[in-house]
Amino acid sequence: MNCRSEVLEVSVEGRQVDEAMLAMLHTILLHRSTGKFHYKKEGTYSIGTVGTQDIDCDFIDFTFVRVSSEELDRAIRKAVGEFKEALGNSGSDGMGQISLEFYQKKKSRWPFSDECIPWEVWSIKVNVVNLANEQERQICREKVGEKLGEKVINIVEVINRHEYLPKMPTQSEVDNVFDTSLKDVQPYLYKITYQITDSLGTSVSTTMRRLIKDTLAL
Amino acid sequence: MESDLSSQDKKDLDKFIKFFALKTVQVIVQARLGEKICTRSSSSPTGADWFNLAIKDIPEVTHEAKKALAGQLPGIGRSMCVEISLKTSEGDSMELETWCLEMNEKCDKDIKVSYTVYNRLSLLLKSLLAITRVTPAYKLSRRQGHDYVILYRIYFGEVQLAGLGEGFQTVRVGVVGTPIGTITLSCAYRTNLAFMSTRQFERTAPIMGIIIDHFVERPFANMGHMHPCNYRTAGEDDGVTFAGVEDSQEVCTTSFSTSPPSQCVFTVSKTHFKSHKAAVMDGHRVPVMGSACSHQLYSSRISYQPPALGATELCYPAVFNAAHPHQLLVPGKEGGVPQMPLQPCHGAQAEHSRVPSCPPVDPTHHNPTTPSSGSEDTETLSRSSEGKSASPSDALETTFTRKVGAFVNKPATQVTMASLELPFAAFAPKAFDLEENDPMVHPPESPATASPLQGSLHSQDSSDSSGQAQDDFVMVDFKPAFSKDDLLPMDLGTFYREFQNPPQLASLSIDVSAQSMAEDLDSLPEKLALYEKNIDEFDAFVDTLQ
Repeated sequence: MNCRSEVLEVSVEGRQVDEAMLAMLHTILLHRSTGKFHYKKEGTYSIGTVGTQDIDCDFIDFTFVRVSSEELDRAIRKAVGEFKEALGNSGSDGMGQISLEFYQKKKSRWPFSDECIPWEVWSIKVNVVNLANEQERQICREKVGEKLGEKVINIVEVINRHEYLPKMPTQSEVDNVFDTSLKDVQPYLYKITYQITDSLGTSVSTTMRRLIKDTLAL
Repeated sequence: MESDLSSQDKKDLDKFIKFFALKTVQVIVQARLGEKICTRSSSSPTGADWFNLAIKDIPEVTHEAKKALAGQLPGIGRSMCVEISLKTSEGDSMELETWCLEMNEKCDKDIKVSYTVYNRLSLLLKSLLAITRVTPAYKLSRRQGHDYVILYRIYFGEVQLAGLGEGFQTVRVGVVGTPIGTITLSCAYRTNLAFMSTRQFERTAPIMGIIIDHFVERPFANMGHMHPCNYRTAGEDDGVTFAGVEDSQEVCTTSFSTSPPSQCVFTVSKTHFKSHKAAVMDGHRVPVMGSACSHQLYSSRISYQPPALGATELCYPAVFNAAHPHQLLVPGKEGGVPQMPLQPCHGAQAEHSRVPSCPPVDPTHHNPTTPSSGSEDTETLSRSSEGKSASPSDALETTFTRKVGAFVNKPATQVTMASLELPFAAFAPKAFDLEENDPMVHPPESPATASPLQGSLHSQDSSDSSGQAQDDFVMVDFKPAFSKDDLLPMDLGTFYREFQNPPQLASLSIDVSAQSMAEDLDSLPEKLALYEKNIDEFDAFVDTLQ
């Protein structure tokens, strides 16, 4: 099938990168996570409950909602942390892109490894700016807050188109569709990757592939 | 058309829509409570969480929603709307946003009710959770408490957007197609906040530019009615009895937090009590924050009880007594300054016999002449207090200068009386009659500082006028902490009033000045001779300066 791809762009100040990324990634994952499946006999299953949490940003005038799952939060924070570090190391210009990709695994016969077929990719382009004084920072706080609000509305709009979603799997297939490693929620299988563009706009040759969920068996 | 839909499906669909509507209202109202919402994920399904989401049910909200729906379901032409409005402490109110759950005729016959529709409704609720934090009213609701509160109203039927002013924006949360129609959830929000009084808000064109008073604290939201983490059994009525709802305009969040103690003056109005024990919790929903801190702050709120107790039963709060209600000076300490009858503390004058029943007055603040003056003015004050008791709520509501929370429609709680010894003594963990000792509420006297507000709020006239003329005023009694003075045991207000018009300096008085010039000139030669005699002393002095 075609993988749909969405791009979101933001310009933030250095210390806002973490929170801006978290806000958007968590908003997407909120919509792309369900409760844990409990399969019963006859192929039916019941679904656990997803709790939510409001998170206030410290450097942005913004509050976002995320799934109440510490494990998931840790994983996302780790990825965002690495992205931020890479951004910081790349040089003063600070442009990069972090991608959240939802995929399905397709089992292949041996000796081929499983295929990962993405069905939705969210790319968040970040432009880091440097601000000179406190007043500009204050304005930036509010402006970025508004911008993130718009992004959340965009995300919700896309999700509400109700386009392709993987079919609900049977018990044997559930790991091909969902990430079942977390104990309280079950997001669709996802991976987060990032790219840093240097000031010349060219993609740095090392495109780091950070696998949150290990999919390369071989 | 509906024959395509099996009866089981139809029943399911109706149930889904009904509970979706109820959950939508819960999400919206909870998002405007003014605090962060946090619910837990649970991997084992309890079967009680609709749409697999942990959304608590506030009983009143459910009740209100069911009342509005009156057994019907949102349908074509019958929309369910939740209107969020803001009400200032002065009584102005303004609609901020209207969330509409509508249905149109576009049907999706092929969709599976029990599975796809359910999951999409769940997704829509998640989107609602996200969007409710994004609209401008969210920020306003997080800062509510002192100057304004956020209210909600649920109605069913036609959508009314007229109250949102011109240029309102709409954001669509999402749509879910069902075999009987397409459900849409959207929000129309106001962008023009210009009506806000400039005293409290800055007028700016972009809605985000509203600046709320900087000292508004994060309020403690009302958690009193929220369910502890129990989930409602799906499909059951809550069956919970709770305080009846009088009108459909309910206070959505009740942040009964106090104004920060550092804020200016505290106004105390009539202090009628049955007893001087602080009934702080009367009628108020307790913020279930659980921290000692919240209790402390909560209990330091001042308000008053409705004057149903009889005007004669006035107990003078010792705090305002602060030694003398009537005398400004302890005789003999200031020597020469005439004693003036003090403007009686507004609204409450102890019958003298009641004073001992109050918490012990600071012995250093006693005034031996209080008893006599007390009895003189008691009558005046009782009369004036009685006169005022007729319409206390109106008078007092309009003049709350202390930001005691805007829910002044239902005033409650009590003033406590105390004399304060130690500043900040109250901040040690204590019970609820903390208010009596709370230095922020009743700080020790400070004769040294004069509050300009004292003057403005009190006429400086005789005690007679103070009764009637101050019907619209509440007494302002400002006692800064740490400013305790044993030497001059009077309260600041009286001190200020007394010394506002000091007598003229002798040297400036006109009678003397006419002569002084001539005398000065005449005495000059003598003075010069004296100085010349002492010239060595002067020289020595000048040397020490260098």
